[in-house]
Amino acid sequence: MNFTNFGRYILLLKAVFRKPEKLSIYMKAIFKQMDFIGVGSIGLIAIISTFIGAVMTLQIAFQLVSDFIPKTIIGSVNRDSSILELSPTITAIVLAGKIGSAISSEIGTMRVSEQIDALEIMGINSPGYLILPKVLAGITMVPLLVILSMVLSIGGGYIGGTLSGAVSAAEYVQGITTDFNPYTIVVALVKAFVFGFIITSVPAYEGFYVKGGALEVAQASTRAVVVSCITILACDYIVTQLLL
Amino acid sequence: MIEIKDIYKSFGDNEVLKGISGQFKPGVTNLIIGGSGSGKTTLLKCMIGLHHPEQGSVEYDGREFTTMNFEEKIEIRKEIGMLFQGSALFDSMTVEENIMFPLNMFTDQKRKEKLDRVNFCLERVNLSGKNKLFPAELSGGMKKRVGIARAIAMNPKYLFVDEPNSGLDPKTSIVIDELIKELTEEYNTTTIVVTHDMNSVMGIGDYILFLHEGKKFWEGSNKEIAHTDIQELNDFVFASRFMKAAKDKF
Repeated sequence: MNFTNFGRYILLLKAVFRKPEKLSIYMKAIFKQMDFIGVGSIGLIAIISTFIGAVMTLQIAFQLVSDFIPKTIIGSVNRDSSILELSPTITAIVLAGKIGSAISSEIGTMRVSEQIDALEIMGINSPGYLILPKVLAGITMVPLLVILSMVLSIGGGYIGGTLSGAVSAAEYVQGITTDFNPYTIVVALVKAFVFGFIITSVPAYEGFYVKGGALEVAQASTRAVVVSCITILACDYIVTQLLL
Repeated sequence: MIEIKDIYKSFGDNEVLKGISGQFKPGVTNLIIGGSGSGKTTLLKCMIGLHHPEQGSVEYDGREFTTMNFEEKIEIRKEIGMLFQGSALFDSMTVEENIMFPLNMFTDQKRKEKLDRVNFCLERVNLSGKNKLFPAELSGGMKKRVGIARAIAMNPKYLFVDEPNSGLDPKTSIVIDELIKELTEEYNTTTIVVTHDMNSVMGIGDYILFLHEGKKFWEGSNKEIAHTDIQELNDFVFASRFMKAAKDKF
């Protein structure tokens, strides 16, 4: 995003957070988006998180070849990596692809087919009606998905580690329960909140200002995913730097 | 009544509207006509606030629209109904939900009252019983009629129609034109239709404003249009051999 785009993005957000015309309609839209963003992504996040946890355990075991390092470390490293980095970031990047492209193409198509103009003419604040429910659903459902991802990633590590024999069940469980710092969960949830905002607002911005036709909608959709991913990684660094 | 005064609008170096003025009265069908690129859709968008004119004013019954703030504009827009060129129906909603949408948003009516209004509007556009269909299941003409039903759902004082006949066969076009005229007269709405369809011009043009290269070249009624000697207007209206022959005969 260059500075002009960033300025327009901020102005769009200002319009998004105007007072809703009718709260009951917005509430319905928020629940619909929660279902789409949250419930609709559970399967994908579950599969990815379980496999990442399993692979992480195998790779940590592969690298820890010294007899001086206890195998319980495998569980600890997997736990902290999953909670602090892998679950929030991988979940966010996967959702940027799945949810971001859908949001961008939905709003972009509405723009080129004059549906957004129709909303404006009716006297409806179109950024608020179209984007606010998505943003609110994003900042509530992404943290929940990240919590699910943490649990499944650590669980996947257990399955992968014990099935391959890289670590025993007792050692793994001892590892994940030793020296646990609950603050890491706070950091992960702050990241998830920020990522949830990015995943929904950036693609909405890209879609909202589309000009042209089908080709431009597709281009905006691609751009939305790319910009979201880069923004997620940049914010990941900033939040980590600030909180750890 | 809607009055526009000295409207100027440019896109970069391209000056699209060059000082357009006009008065659009209620209860009659007002047409804005002109060739492609003459500025008629831009003028319409300036009137409803989708474009902001650099100069000039738009007054809705004496209320200056262009200088209003966001909240004031929203109040005016609640009095506006609009049919878009591509109908602009919400894809994810049924016909019923599309028409009910403004009622849900701006009224506290009970569901039955809203449903009655939806059914009345559908009956008015001859689409009774099509409540549960989605826009993708409708023909072009039906989409236009649903668009009109949605536009009149809130009993608008002002009705804007952008190219109502584009993509329609001549017979369906006449049905849509007649429907617009009937609704205008029945509810005394100030109706403004942007078109370049000559059947509409001759059929329902009570007041016609002709734009050419961003300027107002002529205004009058469909009865007067055949007798004008303005070259640009004649070139536009009687461009086809059929229309030329009809004029000669007339």
